Amino acid sequence: MSETQEVIKVEGLTKTFNHSLTAVDHINFSVKQGEIFGFLGPNGAGKTTTINMLITVMKPTAGKATILGGDIAKRSMDVRSAIGVVPQEYTADEDLTGYENILLCADLYGIPRSISRKRAMDLLELVELTGFKDKRVQTYSGGMRRRLELACGLINRPKVLFLDEPTLGLDVQTRAATWNYVKMLKKEFGMTLFLTTHYLEEADALCDRIAIIDHGKIIVTGSPNDLKDSLGGDIITLAIQKDEDITELIKKVVHVKEVKKENGSYMIKSSNGELTAPLIIEALRKNNHVVTKLSLTKPTLNEVYLQYTGRSMRDAEESREAIMQQRVAFRRARQ
Amino acid sequence: MSFEEMEVSKNRFHGLWALTNRDLKKWYQNPIVLVIGIIQPVLWLALLGKAMNISAMFTSTSLPPLPTLSPPLTPSQALTLGQYFSGMQSSIMTSTFNTSSYFSFMAMGMVAFVTVFTTAFVGMSVVWDRRLGFMNKVLSTPVSRSVIITSKVISASIRSVFQAAIVTVIAYLLGLQLGENFNFFSIFGVFAMVFLIAFGLSSMFTAITLRTTRMETPQAIFNLVTLPLMFASSAYFPIKMMPQWLQAIALVNPISYTIDAVRRLMIFSDGYGPLPYDFLYVGSFAAIVTVICVVLSWRYLNK
Repeated sequence: MSETQEVIKVEGLTKTFNHSLTAVDHINFSVKQGEIFGFLGPNGAGKTTTINMLITVMKPTAGKATILGGDIAKRSMDVRSAIGVVPQEYTADEDLTGYENILLCADLYGIPRSISRKRAMDLLELVELTGFKDKRVQTYSGGMRRRLELACGLINRPKVLFLDEPTLGLDVQTRAATWNYVKMLKKEFGMTLFLTTHYLEEADALCDRIAIIDHGKIIVTGSPNDLKDSLGGDIITLAIQKDEDITELIKKVVHVKEVKKENGSYMIKSSNGELTAPLIIEALRKNNHVVTKLSLTKPTLNEVYLQYTGRSMRDAEESREAIMQQRVAFRRARQ
Repeated sequence: MSFEEMEVSKNRFHGLWALTNRDLKKWYQNPIVLVIGIIQPVLWLALLGKAMNISAMFTSTSLPPLPTLSPPLTPSQALTLGQYFSGMQSSIMTSTFNTSSYFSFMAMGMVAFVTVFTTAFVGMSVVWDRRLGFMNKVLSTPVSRSVIITSKVISASIRSVFQAAIVTVIAYLLGLQLGENFNFFSIFGVFAMVFLIAFGLSSMFTAITLRTTRMETPQAIFNLVTLPLMFASSAYFPIKMMPQWLQAIALVNPISYTIDAVRRLMIFSDGYGPLPYDFLYVGSFAAIVTVICVVLSWRYLNK
């Protein structure tokens, strides 16, 4: 087991609620040592249910999963000790200070105070909360709370860190800062990270590999670039002055995969758009054609998502933000 | 990489004190909660305890004037009758309440009363932890499920003992009449008793709220349970004066045994008698309910 490359291995994992609603449906995937693996899908796709099963707070209905070789059902205590969790909600105790919260987490992992005091200070430094360590969490902003959650999730020096929607409800700057922390954890500590997100750009920017999950099923797995390439590459759209069919001419250019004529302009699929576009212009000029319009579109994960699920992800995203806003409002009202 | 290299705690009860202390901190670091917790029993004692001046009912002034008798009583008869009526109050009180002071009788019932109130809040605290996500975090750490709920139970028990101590002190300041049974060690007996019943009751309230995420559930149960728990016990009135059916309930109610033990230790004068039985009964109640709660937590304390 010591040579295990697959840190997380999931086989046929299934969760059914009340014998009727299947939230996670026979999913299979594995996460390799030191990679950032992302679960991408809309609200209610089964991402959080999957994470809850993996972090052993929810029992699977069927199937099997191992983390660091340990079965999540049989060796749950060992698994819990080896992993870190940054949940979707703010779980810190608002009546305690940031420092007290981290120490409490350390106690829950059974880390002696002699070690945890130093480690808590280091983590506060890491997430830039040292100046606020003796302030109650009540007074923290959303971004500070997220960072505190991250620090709590790291207190036991986990081998695998689970992040459930790490940037949900954060502003653009805090989101970028969170991405930097995540990247640093991978780089500096060689940590394996499993995260769920419904932000396409987040999955794209952070993850080495992603799995797109919809209605409890994994639809496709791969690196963001491979998935985008699987769509057939970049799309170059161009138009020329003369009304003349140049399809055959373009097809001869290297990297060009497909040419379609639509409304007087040409849609060209290419595996490498930046390189192909100048070559096409060059080829056309040699044949005395003048290019009047040219644009280059790189496929995004949204196109990937659209391709595999048949619908756009944006719709789900809007309602999710609304729910989060409500939740925040509720939290405020309570104080 | 393997689990054996990881710094896994070998102590099965790790986290117990950390979680207990967290709950206690919320209490003692919040002066308002602390002060209200103290004021509440003061109000009950001062208002209810002093307002229900039952012994005043049995003084000669509450009787109509004696009709003129013919022939008139002889001086010796009048003296005997006078002595009889002047002793009426204390003899009725003593035969009914086993102490001549109803305030003292009820004050010791209040000790159990604050325990019921304090422990009932543990259910709310479990639900809050669930709603605010704190419970989810704890569940994902290698803390044993039984430790999670035991910490709730212990913190509620410690608070109960503290509240009971305050009630006792205030009752003393308001005129608690200590019995002949009382000595310095009685105080620790009272604390031990309160700790036991608080352990049992908070386990019971925790078990009820293990699965719920709704705030209304513990509140409804709390209202449903506390009233019969208090009135179907000897808190306000002795069991022997109750109708048969109520006696049957009061005699299985562990609160009755708690109150009996506390009174026996503090205000009664007729020896310790059934005290060991009281401790045995409440101790068994606490043990059984706690075991049930721990077993339920293995099964039901998850997401």
